[in-house]
Amino acid sequence: MGTPVRLLEVSGLKKFFPIRRGVMRRVVGHVRAVDDVSFFVEKGECLSLVGESGCGKTTTSRCILRAIHPTAGQILFRPEDGSVVDVAKLSKGELRPLRRQMQMIFQDPFSSLNPRRTLLDIVAEPLVANRIGSRHEQIDRVAELLKLVGLRPEYMRRYPHAFSGGQRQRIGIARALALNPSLVVADEPVSALDVSVQAQILNLMLRLQDRLGLTYLFVAHDLSVVKHVSDRVAVMYVGRIVEMAPTAPLFATPKHPYTEALMSAVPKPDPRLRSQRIVLEGEVADPANPPSGCYFHPRCRYAVETCRTETPQLHEIQPGHFVSCHRAAELSLKGIVV
Amino acid sequence: MSDQLSASAPILSVRDLKTYFFPDEGIVRAVDGATFDLYPGKTLGIVGESGCGKSVTARSILRIVERPGRIVGGTILLQKNGSQVDLAQLDPESQEMRQIRGGDIGLVFQEPMTSFSPVHTVGNQIIETIRLHHPVSKQEARERGIAAFRSVGIPKPERRIDEFAFELSGGLRQRAMIATALSCGPRILIADEPTTALDVTTQAQILDLLRSLQEREGMTIILITHNLGVVAEMCDSVVVMYLGRVVEEGPVDAIFHNAKHPYTQALLRSIPSIRSTARTELPTIAGSIPHPYNRPAGCPFYPRCPDFKPGVCDKAEPGLTVVGDGQAVSCFLYEQT
Repeated sequence: MGTPVRLLEVSGLKKFFPIRRGVMRRVVGHVRAVDDVSFFVEKGECLSLVGESGCGKTTTSRCILRAIHPTAGQILFRPEDGSVVDVAKLSKGELRPLRRQMQMIFQDPFSSLNPRRTLLDIVAEPLVANRIGSRHEQIDRVAELLKLVGLRPEYMRRYPHAFSGGQRQRIGIARALALNPSLVVADEPVSALDVSVQAQILNLMLRLQDRLGLTYLFVAHDLSVVKHVSDRVAVMYVGRIVEMAPTAPLFATPKHPYTEALMSAVPKPDPRLRSQRIVLEGEVADPANPPSGCYFHPRCRYAVETCRTETPQLHEIQPGHFVSCHRAAELSLKGIVV
Repeated sequence: MSDQLSASAPILSVRDLKTYFFPDEGIVRAVDGATFDLYPGKTLGIVGESGCGKSVTARSILRIVERPGRIVGGTILLQKNGSQVDLAQLDPESQEMRQIRGGDIGLVFQEPMTSFSPVHTVGNQIIETIRLHHPVSKQEARERGIAAFRSVGIPKPERRIDEFAFELSGGLRQRAMIATALSCGPRILIADEPTTALDVTTQAQILDLLRSLQEREGMTIILITHNLGVVAEMCDSVVVMYLGRVVEEGPVDAIFHNAKHPYTQALLRSIPSIRSTARTELPTIAGSIPHPYNRPAGCPFYPRCPDFKPGVCDKAEPGLTVVGDGQAVSCFLYEQT
């Protein structure tokens, strides 16, 4: 890959949602959905954001696409011309040319496609919106895209209802690729699909990445899927990144107790491995009213006094392996032995 | 079948169960000849992808299949007080069936948010269930409800019982659901995708709870899921379904380590495992699950099957053939002719 270029660099990203009460809709507090998140994505790699519901992984991805406006922080994106722009600061008009380079694949292939429009309309929409090519060229491009994702171009006059979940997800992928984006944000792209179809879509996404040199920001909760597609993984808990590392070391030698618990909680498809699972007590902390110190300490079996009082910072414990835990250096946690 | 699993007699035997739906557009054979046994104190997993008929099987056992669906054939024999009752023959509205529902067989639904009423407190709903089955006062039923909440690990049950379902977190809601299903002491618990809507750490909590309840009460569980990991962790025996048919059944170890049916084998290969090598091409199953109206003739899996034998598989439907200790498979590869 040569010297890695950082396509995306997020630093200090925050997104707070106000909680309003009463007749005056007074702001009584904030849900700290994303709370000081920093990471980068290199060109051509796949970074996964993984965590449980409410951890802020989707909010993070939506901030990057500016589907919502972040409260604070920098989102540096490197467009194709090599310049660097801060997406968080741009106005709507300034964003418009950039949007062509960042596209999204959605979770639910049933609600993300307009049932009243044909495949041609759906996949050509980004081209039409950006006034690219004549109608003829657009139709040719749609045919090419459908072939690329493994659908027959003859189907382009049909409506989404004629297709299965997996095929619909292929349509969503074709639409995302219509403008030759450099960054593709995929928010839970396979979690709504059946097991036998999941594998097809994952294979397709990996093939497309190799072929088109795509960069993926992959948002998912399923660790097996994440392990399969990612080069690097960032684990989030209550709006923060608790651990970030290349995939292999993260799974083999996790450094954060939450990562360890999360991995041990995944049921392994082998009855001979009925594991001694770590069952976390209690519930995920409330992002409107997080605990003191480390947000994970009430559920952490390794917690000590410092964890209750001091907030740990994300620091590099080994080259490329970042963790935010006071005891990261002394603990030896159990990973997944391959 | 499955004699190895338990010396005792099955508590529930399903034989050639057929539940069809008759909408205006045609016939959907949602369950088409399901056969399996459930042994006391064990966990049976029914696994399959969407449309395989696993949920309709559960609903058929409880006789809560909604129109235009109905049971068109087969028997569902429940051991009750030393004799057998064929649930398939009972009137779904009858007093006896209403007693069995909840009293003998409890059900846990997939999505606790939609299966609880949003306008009644969870306490109201568990009290209603208890009073349907036992002639007790409201106060007494409330006490039992609180005890049931406590037994499934809901903290501060005296307070939680007066809350609405939307005030509880996903995990607590599912615990309340399980408490409600167990409040009348059923011998069999049917859990239909009990953890699908939950996060992995919450899923681990709920699976742990089901296992400890089983140890404590000797309960029998039917676990319906599409998650093979959950099956491997929880079940003693497994029934694999595809398009309404049982394609393979057997002890859990045999299913995961010595699967015979091409579908079971392919399904196991296609899941990305947390232990597998990253970024490699996953083996896939070609095509997708057919639409229920376009069900292929013959073996329902043949259009996607790597071992398809033309002239055989697309002509007739294979029956279950015993291939090992309690393991049976429905495939022409194993049928002696």
